[in-house]
Amino acid sequence: MTDLVTDPLRLVEVVAFWALAALAVVAGVLVFRWDSMARVTYALATSFVAVGLALVVVDLHYIGAVTVLMMVMEMAIMAVFMIMFMGMNPALMPMDMTHRKRPAAVVAVATFVVLAGGALLVPWERLADPVPGAGSASAVGEAVMGPKMLVMMTVSPLLFATLVAGVVLASHRTRYDRLGDDLRRRPADDPQPGGVGR
Amino acid sequence: MSLEAVLVVASALFSVGLYGALTQQVVVMVMMGLELMLNGVILAVAGFWYFLAPEPTGQVLLLVVIAAMTVEMAMGFAVATLLHRSAGTDMVDMATELSG
Repeated sequence: MTDLVTDPLRLVEVVAFWALAALAVVAGVLVFRWDSMARVTYALATSFVAVGLALVVVDLHYIGAVTVLMMVMEMAIMAVFMIMFMGMNPALMPMDMTHRKRPAAVVAVATFVVLAGGALLVPWERLADPVPGAGSASAVGEAVMGPKMLVMMTVSPLLFATLVAGVVLASHRTRYDRLGDDLRRRPADDPQPGGVGR
Repeated sequence: MSLEAVLVVASALFSVGLYGALTQQVVVMVMMGLELMLNGVILAVAGFWYFLAPEPTGQVLLLVVIAAMTVEMAMGFAVATLLHRSAGTDMVDMATELSG
């Protein structure tokens, strides 16, 4: 506490962190309280942006910026999917599409008690003092391109496999279904169902 | 602020996400619950990094979590699209079997 009084910058950091933390949790709760699908998506985006800015406060500048940018884009895509799947004007029709709320609330509260209890009771031990600029883009870049290169090499095929699997799952009939492996084959008569003999 | 404070906030985000993932009927809303849970995980990992071992290399784990989050969303949307096409629904209650 003395630290906070003598160091105004640290006080600003603490206040900013708590404000962002409160915003993240409240926006997270609103995701499951609001009826409008469009508002729900914006609430989740707000929660992510708050966490991203909180990361910037705890000296993770690069990851914080990546989180904010990526999540804003992700929620924009999510909004399109929500409106597509809900099949109605999502801002005008209140609805309750939930089930088993009471058991879920019990599980969620129990999980919070266990996790928060563990966080408060475990005697955490610092391994090192903060390094100025350790959360910068150049520090992450050097880590990724140096000692942690193997991690990035593992993540790359994972992302590529996801791209392929996502397209395979989501596409109905692909070029292969229509034309088969014979490139000289005449195009399928599309109004008919199936392909390659189906 | 302290590690305990960061972890309590992360626990709150995780628990709210868990509640949503368990209660929601629409597949995309279930995914929103999962995303909120991962949001808590990101904050917790950041707290661990900053307060326990603030070395630059520790942030790589956070990059992996964010990548996993992207993968989860992409595959979730693909499965939701497939489900909508094959079963004509977007509700988890009506998707009790995976056979097409």
